[in-house]
Amino acid sequence: MLADWQFIGIFLALSPIFPAAPVIANWLLGPRKPNPLKQQTYECGVETVGDTWIQFKVQYYIYALVFVVFDVEAVFLFPIAAAYDQLGLFAAFEVVVFVLILAVGLGYAWSRGALEWT
Amino acid sequence: MIQQIIFIVISFLTLLMGWIVVTNRNLFHAALALMGSFLGVAGLYVLLDAGFLAAAQLLVYIGAISILIIFAIMMTRRLMQTSETPFNNQWVLGGITSLVVFAVIAYVVLQVFPWQPGAQPFGAAPEVPGAVLEASVTQLGAALVSVDQYVLPFEVASVLLLAALIGAIVVAWPEKKE
Amino acid sequence: MHGLAAHWSGPDMSFNIVDFLFSLVQLTTFDYLRAVWEGDMSPGLIEAILDVIAILTVSTFLLLIVLFLIWLERKVIARIQDRIGPNRVGGRFGLLQTVADVLKLLTKETLTPAGADTIAYNLAPLLTVMTALLMWAVIPFAPNVIGVDLNVGLFYVLAVSSASVVTLLLAGWGSNNKYALLGAFRSVAQLVSYEVPMVLSLIIPILLARSMYMQELVLAQTVPFLIVAPLSAIIFFISALAETGRTPFDLLEAESEIVAGFHVEYGGMKFGMFFLAEFVSTLFMSGLFATIYLGGWRLFGLERLETFGPLLGLIVFFIKMFAVYFVFIWVRGTLPRVRIDQMLDLNWKFLVPLSLILVLVVAVVDKLIPAGAGDYYRAGVHLVSNVAVGFVALELLRRHAARQRAIYEERLVRAHSSAAEPEVMAEAAH
Repeated sequence: MLADWQFIGIFLALSPIFPAAPVIANWLLGPRKPNPLKQQTYECGVETVGDTWIQFKVQYYIYALVFVVFDVEAVFLFPIAAAYDQLGLFAAFEVVVFVLILAVGLGYAWSRGALEWT
Repeated sequence: MIQQIIFIVISFLTLLMGWIVVTNRNLFHAALALMGSFLGVAGLYVLLDAGFLAAAQLLVYIGAISILIIFAIMMTRRLMQTSETPFNNQWVLGGITSLVVFAVIAYVVLQVFPWQPGAQPFGAAPEVPGAVLEASVTQLGAALVSVDQYVLPFEVASVLLLAALIGAIVVAWPEKKE
Repeated sequence: MHGLAAHWSGPDMSFNIVDFLFSLVQLTTFDYLRAVWEGDMSPGLIEAILDVIAILTVSTFLLLIVLFLIWLERKVIARIQDRIGPNRVGGRFGLLQTVADVLKLLTKETLTPAGADTIAYNLAPLLTVMTALLMWAVIPFAPNVIGVDLNVGLFYVLAVSSASVVTLLLAGWGSNNKYALLGAFRSVAQLVSYEVPMVLSLIIPILLARSMYMQELVLAQTVPFLIVAPLSAIIFFISALAETGRTPFDLLEAESEIVAGFHVEYGGMKFGMFFLAEFVSTLFMSGLFATIYLGGWRLFGLERLETFGPLLGLIVFFIKMFAVYFVFIWVRGTLPRVRIDQMLDLNWKFLVPLSLILVLVVAVVDKLIPAGAGDYYRAGVHLVSNVAVGFVALELLRRHAARQRAIYEERLVRAHSSAAEPEVMAEAAH
């Protein structure tokens, strides 16, 4: 088991090489003459006004929240699906109940208009 | 031996990231450090042969909870203009609480694995047969829906998730104006 | 990597070039090297060296094939649009066009925008390529060629792919640019939304194969899952399009709205890394689709041939993967971009409910099939139930579209009857 994850660990340790090498090569080969005018950030035709890190609307948070709920649901369903051979019809019924309870949440969000992009 | 070194490195990084989370003034950097800390915990799960938990940690905590936290940060106003320190006058209370929690955990661990004089602190972990670990995911799945094991917590978990979802929408989403 | 070790069980083997070349053909090189090195090195060291070789081979291959993929995409899109496409650099077919592009990117100046969050800005291109590469660790290329067959195989893929979302936030935040931040947030909203139907649709192959091991998912496909669970395959394909940010879901880089999305402030090779990661992960999605819905390296038992079986498996897998990749390009050449509200509606109000219902239907139907039923009988029942669900879904969709059309037409009529009010007109056109 741990031997299996060893591959992932080595991969994780080696994988920065592949993006870092071209970026470093780029840094070595390309010209390096920065000046403040060049480093201005892009904005449509005019100079940048105000702070970038503005307040965002709550819509994003709602989407992320519904996503978290269904993500956690999936975490429960994956091992059950993998063990489906050992389970009876009753287990299928339990899964149905589990999913339907969460579907109520989706229905509630829908009916409140929280899934609407405004 | 190598396992022990990896364990120490990962735990150190996890704790370091946790330290950055509570001390950094830049909220976004704190959130990034939190992700690093989550990743370290996933690494610890791997070292404990709990592959499924590690993947779930990655999926839920880094892929979902962290995104949620960053979205929540972005909902606050003037987030980059804060000048307060992350410490307030409750830090003494917090420190005492964490010391108590640490003492309780240490006590429980010492009850289960009593300290013996001359014991090797970094001795080899007991070998678990590969077949047992291979089947651990399917066993987990079967246990979740079997009546004499965890079916009740399993169904309650979905009610809990439902409550979290509805609660958050009630709090964050304005009433519809017709 | 595992298995077939029995071929090379002699303890005192020395390196033999003929055997080595033969092992290359059989794709058993690692077993051969393991046998050669046995005794000289500790087993742990041998495994570590073999892991490093495997990782370097696969990653280098992926980085190089992207050069070809970009050329292929440009050529195919050009042909769809009745153009010729790249045709100057490197002969008549412009084969070296991408190489020239890479050389150009390499000689660009690396700029960091003023006021950028340097850590986040520079970390993002690294992490995006890392996650795109890490997903390949569990893809089975051939019967005996797989990075590592984890017991949580498919789940690991989802975990890494969901972690890759973070890189967009890093890039958007780090750039100190409003368009980049806005683009990143929209992208993340899109990616996390479409991850739900993707995760739910992937439960179905696991349920059918009763395993998360990638190799067992392939072995379980006596009948390819594309036929057993076509609806799951379609949902997965649509969400894969969205997850990789390709047309019709390329709002991430909608040039006309948010210039180029989260990577507007990146230039040179740092931009190149985002480009690279996009192609690597699109190819990965094709490979994943080929593995879990098209039977991976399987083709009518050809892969079981004694000598050339593994090699044939590899070729079959690549043909399937590129066939799926071609469909990705084809979709890009055919469909226009959707609006963000349409995209999110499609996900939350259609794909998510549909995949939830599909999971329930497959779970229940699977238990209703008698235990001793053959593979074909089982596949047939699942196919029928899938088609039934799909038919109902399409009928609901058709009614919804008709309703929307009626509302829209009514608004247009109202706008015409009061043509003096231009703002009503504008609203109707909205």
